[in-house]
Amino acid sequence: MARDPETGEIARFDREFPIEVDGLVNRFGDQTVHDNLTLHVRQGEILGVVGGSGTGKSVLMRSIIGLQRPAEGNIDVFGHSITDAEPDEEIGVRSRWGVLFQGGALFSTLTVGENVQVPLKQFYPDIDRSLLADIARYKVLLSGLPEEAVNKYPAELSGGMKKRAGLARALALDPELLFLDEPTAGLDPIGAARFDQLTKELKETLGLTVFLITHDLDTLYEICDRVAVLADKQVIAVGTIPELLATDHPWIQEYFNGPRGRAAQASQAREERRAATSRSRSMDKRP
Amino acid sequence: MSDGAEYRIETDAADGSDDNAGRLVLSGPYLVSTVGRTERELRKLDADISAVDLSEVDHIDTVGAWVACQIAARHDAEITGASEQAQRLLGAVETAGNEAEIRPERHPVWERVPEHVGDLMRQLFFGIIGVIGFLGQILVAAGAIIRHPSRFRAKAFVRQLELVGVSALPIVGLMSFLIGIVIAQQGAAQLQQFGAESLTVNLVGRITLRELGVLMTAIMVAGRSGSAFAAQIGTMKLTEEIDAMRTIGISPIEALVIPRILASTFMMVLLGFYASIMAIIGGAVVADVSLGIPFLTFLERVKDVVPTYDLWVGLIKAPVFGLIVGMAGCYNGMQVQGDSEQVGRRTTQAVVSAIFMVIVLDAFFAVFFTEIGWG
Repeated sequence: MARDPETGEIARFDREFPIEVDGLVNRFGDQTVHDNLTLHVRQGEILGVVGGSGTGKSVLMRSIIGLQRPAEGNIDVFGHSITDAEPDEEIGVRSRWGVLFQGGALFSTLTVGENVQVPLKQFYPDIDRSLLADIARYKVLLSGLPEEAVNKYPAELSGGMKKRAGLARALALDPELLFLDEPTAGLDPIGAARFDQLTKELKETLGLTVFLITHDLDTLYEICDRVAVLADKQVIAVGTIPELLATDHPWIQEYFNGPRGRAAQASQAREERRAATSRSRSMDKRP
Repeated sequence: MSDGAEYRIETDAADGSDDNAGRLVLSGPYLVSTVGRTERELRKLDADISAVDLSEVDHIDTVGAWVACQIAARHDAEITGASEQAQRLLGAVETAGNEAEIRPERHPVWERVPEHVGDLMRQLFFGIIGVIGFLGQILVAAGAIIRHPSRFRAKAFVRQLELVGVSALPIVGLMSFLIGIVIAQQGAAQLQQFGAESLTVNLVGRITLRELGVLMTAIMVAGRSGSAFAAQIGTMKLTEEIDAMRTIGISPIEALVIPRILASTFMMVLLGFYASIMAIIGGAVVADVSLGIPFLTFLERVKDVVPTYDLWVGLIKAPVFGLIVGMAGCYNGMQVQGDSEQVGRRTTQAVVSAIFMVIVLDAFFAVFFTEIGWG
């Protein structure tokens, strides 16, 4: 739940599209990264964003969270224009999103617990110290870290733990919108699968909308409701994976029907079969 | 047979054809370790060749296959006698051929020099604009903090005061003490020639309070803290910590830059004064030991011969120098983007530009204060 910054009343904005990107153009020097890119993210979905290296997935995320000034176009987050605001201007959306950067981007001079407290202190300075500590501990546990990680410094954590700590910080304010930049890259398969599961559970329990950049086909099959494909400086397709498979764009076909794509498909099918059998078994046990 | 890659040309005169195109027979190992010299000769080969025969090649790798492919392509010849392994390698390198240079093309020097100069001018121009923009950001952030004092990061400020000031006390003190000794000792040696060694007091007292105390401290702080500012902030930029701050709604200028600049400005005054005092003590020690002026008498004399405005000159310059050192460090840190090499370059630049600006301004101050009668 978030407070509306103007009226102060608690309101859950049930707009259909929390993120609306229209006609986005990003240029670096004379290299155009995005050309008239349009993307709408639906309320309550996990949107996977895929694309080859250098197609501007991270740039798109940075544009949406206001770190990258686009050359043209408009980006609305919860109906507030990001593109019209100054870089550090408070427009009432920063307390409603959480961002997990690729390397975690934890503040290196603070412990994990203090990292989680930073956004809380920033937006709600009147929270009591002991409550802050409780919230930090809870969020750290929620993100799947052991409790003793709370008072560790980022330098003492492994790459995977840093990502979890970054997730704990991103979830500190119970955001409605979560940005994840390659959350499972560099994690071992078990850790990656747990992270996927965690993301899915969070989405289901907290009703999050998730903007997820990934290269991980398992993640796409496992948890994404829709997938947006970046290529040719635009979003060339958005849809569920079966919908994407029905298109005949060569990159999409190669991406999902390559050897790795097929492996992920197969494992997904296996999962579903297993789920179906266990469901039918439990049905059999009914009196 | 030698262990290098060999070649020979066989002309099949026996079949009686008119063209004297020959077969190039390659033999020996065609590997990256052996092919170097042969390849240079093959490149210059000027004979007509209709076929490249690989049947006598006993080992081949991708480089050898590449060489064979190239020579075949150049002479429009076909490749014969390739073993199964050679066939596979040939197939692999054939598809990889292209003419792209592995480094960007180098322009001739008369184009490169003006281009480089132009590039430097452009950088200078954008650098000046960047500094002005940075100054504006700081003023805006300072204005915001004045309006909402609760946003001032007192904890970070105190921490920086400690890092810039308190922990610099030993090194700044020792340095100033030694400089005081050197000035007194060298000054006395010269003044003795006029029998004016008692003027050593004036020399040490005035030059340290007016110039050297603050100047040397500024240089030391630039090396100690200006570089640290640039490196810390630059690394935070690389690890996306600055971006993370922005997404949380924390202005990095308010949280990182303002406490550092304030700390260096404030601490510079105290450190500069402290350095002057240490230098005078150093001078007094030398005077006591080698000139026979008692320690306490030296200090008494300093009070008489040094005008108060000398102290003011030093104390007015100090915060300005501190501001420059802090700004140079933070500005260069915020400019880091891309890779870790930039952190090093920007750190160096922070120190160099800070020291340079401090000395330039010191010259202006010297003229200015003399003009207003504080000579």
